[in-house]
Amino acid sequence: MMNRDECFEVLKKHITDEVVVASYSGAVEWNDLNPRALNYFSIGAMGLGSSHGLGLALGRPDRRVVVLDGDGSLLMNLGSLVSIAAAAPKNLVHFVCHNECYEANGGHPLPNPDVDFAGLARSAGYAQVHEFSELKSFEQQVGHVLAQEGPVFATLRVKKNRPLIYKYDDLYKASRRVALKAALQGTS
Amino acid sequence: MDAATTTRADVALTGAKIIAAVKQSGVEFILSVPDIVTSKGLLFPIAADKELKLVRVCKEDECVGIASGLSYSDKRALILIQYTGFLDSLNAIRAVAVEYKQPIVMMVGLLGHEPERLPAESGRYGVRIIEPICDAMGIPHHLVSQDSDVAKIAPAIDKAYTDSSPVAILIGRRPS
Repeated sequence: MMNRDECFEVLKKHITDEVVVASYSGAVEWNDLNPRALNYFSIGAMGLGSSHGLGLALGRPDRRVVVLDGDGSLLMNLGSLVSIAAAAPKNLVHFVCHNECYEANGGHPLPNPDVDFAGLARSAGYAQVHEFSELKSFEQQVGHVLAQEGPVFATLRVKKNRPLIYKYDDLYKASRRVALKAALQGTS
Repeated sequence: MDAATTTRADVALTGAKIIAAVKQSGVEFILSVPDIVTSKGLLFPIAADKELKLVRVCKEDECVGIASGLSYSDKRALILIQYTGFLDSLNAIRAVAVEYKQPIVMMVGLLGHEPERLPAESGRYGVRIIEPICDAMGIPHHLVSQDSDVAKIAPAIDKAYTDSSPVAILIGRRPS
């Protein structure tokens, strides 16, 4: 098991001009660690992060899109694994932070905490599938994962987190969406 | 909002004209879960149309996220679904389309709707509540039940993308 913030610290070193889509607890932690215009948090409804990521990836095939999904979130939109695999965007990398609980909603366990997300992604038809539970292994391979032709999926087995402060009004404010669009259009 | 435009049961609605209007508005992506109302007249021709990119999804609310993501690159999308999928997607529509003011264009097949009636007067409960729900959410809606209604489509899509706002185009009979 890894700490999510340690995983994100490692990931941050490899992020340059990618759009990073993150939801709920992952969004809070990623934004604390790496605030930037190319972050996208306006998911709107739990589970839709992967779908926003698919739209961003299809709209800009020249730019890599990284989704930092939650396990409870992905369970709400499992069909998106099939939709993404079928659309087959080469520039989409989809991580799920698997901490076995609904962290942003009280820490209650998933219906099946041991659900095999990597297996689901593989069955859905993702081009590349990975699973990491050791930070050293993730450090060694994350560059390779990000560079692969997608759609790429990777489970990050992480521990339940330290308590986070959820400032949703800030995460979802309109100025972030304006900044993202400007950044994608090269006007910022 | 639009009133029903016909009381005749034999009036035509031509799928090819709807597709032409969609293309005229600059739509590049069609996001869809199949709907029997629009299956033959719209989805099959769209699937065969090389000028349109069809993204088949498993559940209708995915379309809301995908359309939002595409809009950041100024790519226009049409969500083609049944009213049941619209109802199932209301939370996503509430947040992304209404609260975040994203350009979300929905073409919604009114399964079971009697074309000679107004949707609000339909015998089918699910059809009857669609326009009131749109009104409650502040989502403009346009009823397309015959060929003369097709002229509403391109301006409605243009307005949605110009204003960054949602719109629902309600298909009131099976397009040929």
